[in-house]
Amino acid sequence: MTNSIEVKDLTLNFGAISVLKNMNLDVAEGEFVVLLGPSGCGKSTLLNCLAGLLEITDGQIFIKGKNVTWAEPNERGIGMVFQSYALYPQMTVRGNLSFGLKNAKVPRAEIEAKVARAAEILQIGPLLDRKPAALSGGQRQRVAIGRALVRDVDVFLFDEPLSNLDAKLRSELRVEIKRLHAQLKNTMVYVTHDQIEALTLADRIAVMRGGIIQQLAAPQEIYNRPANLFVAGFIGSPSMNFLHGSTVDGGQAFRLGDLTLSLAAYEGGMIGTRDKVILGLRPEHLLVQETAEPGVTIPATVELDEPMGADSLVWLQAAGTQMSVRVPVERRMAPGTPVHLKVDMAKASLFDATSEIRI
Amino acid sequence: MVDATIPANTRTDAEPRGAKPKRALSGRNIMIYGTLLVFSLYYLLPLWVMVMTSLKGMPEIRMGNIFAPPVEITFEPWVKAWSQACTGLNCDGLSRGFWNSVQILIPSVILSIVVASVNGYALTFWKFKGSDIFFTILIFGAFIPYQVMLYPIVILLREMGLYGSLWGLVLVHTIFGMPILTLLFRNYFSTIPEELFKAARVDGAGFWSIYAKILMPMSLPIFVVAIILQVTGIWNDFLFGVVYTKPDLYPMTVQLNNIVNSVQGVKEYNVNMAATLLTGLVPLFIYFVSGKLFVRGIAAGAVKG
Repeated sequence: MTNSIEVKDLTLNFGAISVLKNMNLDVAEGEFVVLLGPSGCGKSTLLNCLAGLLEITDGQIFIKGKNVTWAEPNERGIGMVFQSYALYPQMTVRGNLSFGLKNAKVPRAEIEAKVARAAEILQIGPLLDRKPAALSGGQRQRVAIGRALVRDVDVFLFDEPLSNLDAKLRSELRVEIKRLHAQLKNTMVYVTHDQIEALTLADRIAVMRGGIIQQLAAPQEIYNRPANLFVAGFIGSPSMNFLHGSTVDGGQAFRLGDLTLSLAAYEGGMIGTRDKVILGLRPEHLLVQETAEPGVTIPATVELDEPMGADSLVWLQAAGTQMSVRVPVERRMAPGTPVHLKVDMAKASLFDATSEIRI
Repeated sequence: MVDATIPANTRTDAEPRGAKPKRALSGRNIMIYGTLLVFSLYYLLPLWVMVMTSLKGMPEIRMGNIFAPPVEITFEPWVKAWSQACTGLNCDGLSRGFWNSVQILIPSVILSIVVASVNGYALTFWKFKGSDIFFTILIFGAFIPYQVMLYPIVILLREMGLYGSLWGLVLVHTIFGMPILTLLFRNYFSTIPEELFKAARVDGAGFWSIYAKILMPMSLPIFVVAIILQVTGIWNDFLFGVVYTKPDLYPMTVQLNNIVNSVQGVKEYNVNMAATLLTGLVPLFIYFVSGKLFVRGIAAGAVKG
């Protein structure tokens, strides 16, 4: 498979501040890659570099095998969709869609055909003669996607396209973007800070922090086997429960105070005996039960429960910290109830406390 | 659905309901409108005196009572001011100055606004190394007193062969308009989302194309503000006009001064008043035509800038 985008040793400094550090990223043809991270992690900056809107300090960018490091944005074969839609307010929807084609000196008849096709795909045909001000947020974002669509680009770049929409519209358009990707099979790079968007849309997610890609993998892999403590804590809502302890007996068990948990079922590398480790347990990988099982359960006390519709979140005091567990919504639990949490060690994550890397 | 009927006890007419009634003649209203009235009288009185005097003959003016309306209305002073009043050797009235001013005004306004808007555009969206320093220096220029630069510019224009010509004055107006206009445009353009500019670049538009097709159509209010500032500023300019041109090419303001201050013969107050009103007509016209847009542009520039 050929790579649609190749980023080689990309570095970007703003004065003394290093924004992107020696970054490498390959995106396969037709792949949907999501750049995910907290604000200021450099994800939008990376996208702007791919688009040619920012001058890079060092490194190379290839799109479709062509070195576009010094190319202008319109020469790169990319289309971009922005968070604020960025529609030209004085032009009609038709004008917005055809502006790029007119700049590229495409013949008039061809422009009309392409605009009509994009309007059909995005179902904005009836809106073609309206100005952006007369459109709703969702319609505006469709037009913005259409503007990339008409230009027959190889790569779509999305810069937090759904962040300005309300929750309902956001989930609708999310599905639509996924459908669009299935239909067009273009390469797409999508920036977001919303992990739901990332987990639902991506073929692969690149979790970023401080200008460095922390982990680049399929959504399930990122969710189940986070490469380091940051990824583990960033992905998942509510976030993973962390227990700070040590491993004993040559890595056979995890110990925290009086608590001992068997690591026999843990799927990972060589554990060994370590002084400081962090055990990460997702709220849905814990089971609340009344009976204790040595080496498998953690004794806990219920603090409060939060019914969330589909399921319920229970907050407990266990092993000296606060932990959360997901339970069926019918199961109400009174504060103060003593329970035991059964650990599914096969789905747990163990990190070295110093390096914060998964063991 | 909620039951639409309202309980009966809330519907008694004695209880306050709906919009609160307002009294027209409240103490507050009297204060506001009274103050407004006094101030408008204060500002309108000089205009009243000028218009009335300009419509009187000299014998009537000598009788005094400057506030009284004319007994016999005459337009003679207006005609004389426009086409016959003498300044120095020329006796063709203000008309010569008017056309001089028009010839100075139009190229100066167009040139200064084009240069400044492109400046503002480049300084906002096409930042280059040192562009902020460049902008600071440009703004600093606005604070240097004109008097300091008067003579150096005379030499500069002389060396360029433009001294004493209309184009020399146009150049001076363009240069002196640049700092404040650039600031005006830069502030306005920086309220335009950068993503719009990025989208246009992805769409393959270049420097001039983005300026002309995207930004200009969005920025009508600020162009109107700039036009008004420049038209009134350049039309009312006296100093540059008198320093950088020669008597044949004096703008209207300089000529007005020469008419009003001429020491020979009787003081013709009615002609002076008519000449002054004629000179003020252009800025007045501009304000009336574009008042609404002006306020909109100023507000847009001020609030978001």
